Amino acid sequence: MESYTLTINGQSKQVTVDPSTPLLWVLREELKMTGTKFGCGISACGACTVHVAGIATRSCVLPVSLVGDRPIVTIEGIGQDAVGRAVQDAWVSEDVVQCGYCQSGQIMAAVALLKSIRKPTDSNIEQSMGGNLCRCGTYIRIRQAIKTASQKLL
Amino acid sequence: MPYRRTRRLHRTLLFIASVTIISHAAAQNSAPPTRGSGLAAWQQVYSVLTHPRCINCHTATNYPQQGDDRHRHLFNVVRGPGGKGVPALNCATCHQDANAESTGVPGAHNWHLAPLSMKWQDTNDNILSSTQVCQSLTDRSKNDNLNGSGILRHHQQEPLVLWAFQPGHRRDGTARSLPPLTHDEFVAATKTWVAAGMPCP
Repeated sequence: MESYTLTINGQSKQVTVDPSTPLLWVLREELKMTGTKFGCGISACGACTVHVAGIATRSCVLPVSLVGDRPIVTIEGIGQDAVGRAVQDAWVSEDVVQCGYCQSGQIMAAVALLKSIRKPTDSNIEQSMGGNLCRCGTYIRIRQAIKTASQKLL
Repeated sequence: MPYRRTRRLHRTLLFIASVTIISHAAAQNSAPPTRGSGLAAWQQVYSVLTHPRCINCHTATNYPQQGDDRHRHLFNVVRGPGGKGVPALNCATCHQDANAESTGVPGAHNWHLAPLSMKWQDTNDNILSSTQVCQSLTDRSKNDNLNGSGILRHHQQEPLVLWAFQPGHRRDGTARSLPPLTHDEFVAATKTWVAAGMPCP
């Protein structure tokens, strides 16, 4: 077991865990931040997506020992900036969500996309969001919500 | 001849013989390798470059490869404009600066695809010939303007090259296969090839 000080959503959090513990489980089990979801555990589905130093990251395969001092943003904190808020609002206005399980990861991915490409094309959306799976098939609404958020941000 | 003069003569002759032998050896070592030696060394270099640990990222396509069977990288990963993936699905989305042994994700600093100019496969994922790879590697319009010293330095120091020789373990704990040479052997073969003038077959 080792102690780590993590910066999560702007706040400093201390945990003592095995160094090999994936960040996902540090968030969910140690810090009780259950907004980030376990979908597959092998970085295949994107449900566990958080931002680490601004990069959309699969927390299920990131051992806490490799985080270092990079700041982390989770779904709980994504509304703290304009892009995050725009995406959240668009998700509501476009009624994207069905079961909701994948949507934390979808939102985190969408925010990462819009922070990099403010007016993404359909091709941009397909490539960037193609790693986030939705078994309910809300892809069409996700695409529209990204475009709605983009319009609001332009 | 008096004993002392004899001993002095023997010591002198021994010294002259030693210098001659050392000079001859030095002359042999400083002579550049022959074209034949260079080609043999190149084949050793080629054997490493076309091993999955290297060639999986030297693709001709819009995607990297994975595994010893070099299948297309799972999870809809794509090359992206700079070979680092696309927003929200970068290489760094999963690949960190070091191997993640507990989760089986390989990692090294600045994980990314080689540029298309350094493709060592065709668009059907078939490995290019020794001649084709050699010509590509030595084409300064394709290799980021590297001369022989630059190529040698790349083989010696580039983190992603070094990673190939310490690729870590898969999630099930099995070790990833290694290139057919050690890193030291790979560098030595590169040196010989460069010293021979980087001949291509």
